[in-house]
Amino acid sequence: MNINKFIEKIAEQFEETDSSEIGPDTKFRELDEWSSMLALIVIAMADEEFDKELTGSEIRNSETFQDLFNVLNEK
Amino acid sequence: MKNNLYNPFSLFGKSILITGASSGIGKAIALECSKMGASVIILGRDKKRLLETFSQLIPNINNKYFLVDISCEDQINSLIDKIESIDGMVNAAGILIRGPFKFIKEVDLDETINVNFKAPTLFVKKLISKNKIKNGSSIVFISSISGSYCSFIGNSVYSASKGALNAMAKSMAIELSNKKIRVNTIHPGMVSTNMHLEKSFDQEDLIKDLDNYPLKRYGEPVDVAYGTIFLLSNASSWITGSSLLIDGGYTLK
Repeated sequence: MNINKFIEKIAEQFEETDSSEIGPDTKFRELDEWSSMLALIVIAMADEEFDKELTGSEIRNSETFQDLFNVLNEK
Repeated sequence: MKNNLYNPFSLFGKSILITGASSGIGKAIALECSKMGASVIILGRDKKRLLETFSQLIPNINNKYFLVDISCEDQINSLIDKIESIDGMVNAAGILIRGPFKFIKEVDLDETINVNFKAPTLFVKKLISKNKIKNGSSIVFISSISGSYCSFIGNSVYSASKGALNAMAKSMAIELSNKKIRVNTIHPGMVSTNMHLEKSFDQEDLIKDLDNYPLKRYGEPVDVAYGTIFLLSNASSWITGSSLLIDGGYTLK
């Protein structure tokens, strides 16, 4: 897993947010488009693309996309 | 043990079978039916938790528990030979696999439809075929508001399974009416069970979501159990094919 691929896949899930606004240091909760729906999509994307299970509490305890990547990378 | 107080909702002397009795709504139903005087046959997949439910029942020589996966045909076949005829059954076993529609996986669709729809359908069919459900009995399916009155983000597969179950229950109701067997569904809103709380990813969202419930709280498993008792009791003997909404007013909005 590398962070660039991860960010690219994350950016693909956003319909209204320009990919230039999405980077490792982005605090995802501050994005207008972030919602419970997107949280579910990120969980499903991690499973489909990286075959790794991300839990609700891990999202809850993360702030940036880098945090999410780190959690997944350790699995 | 005989209760001399007037109580048309009593389950005294009835034998009630409950699936999914090891936790959540099914467990509460088992315990409340027991308190209402029924002997209960409880089914579940988790031995430790099922025994925990069993130990909390009001002692009754006819109480039984069976460790069984109702989606497994062989296990159902051997179970059916071991049980006496019953006066009521409650299908509370169910699973929730959440995920956005565009990431639906066939394996999750299969598992959800199997556990929430096919298993209870085939189980009732077998019990009926083997004459294990007495004439005049009551069958209750624990459905959901999701798939009947509304749906939720990430719930497409779950909603679909409950929608199928609702349709099946109506068809059973009409076909089993010749035996005076009644079939009804209960549609709970968000009930505080591990199934729901573990799948929620944001505590803040949960608190915000409470605003959607006019009665300002999530349901407790007993809220569903009391409705179930009504549908199992003789007080509801003219009710079949109905859907009982128990949602704190959620679908009013």
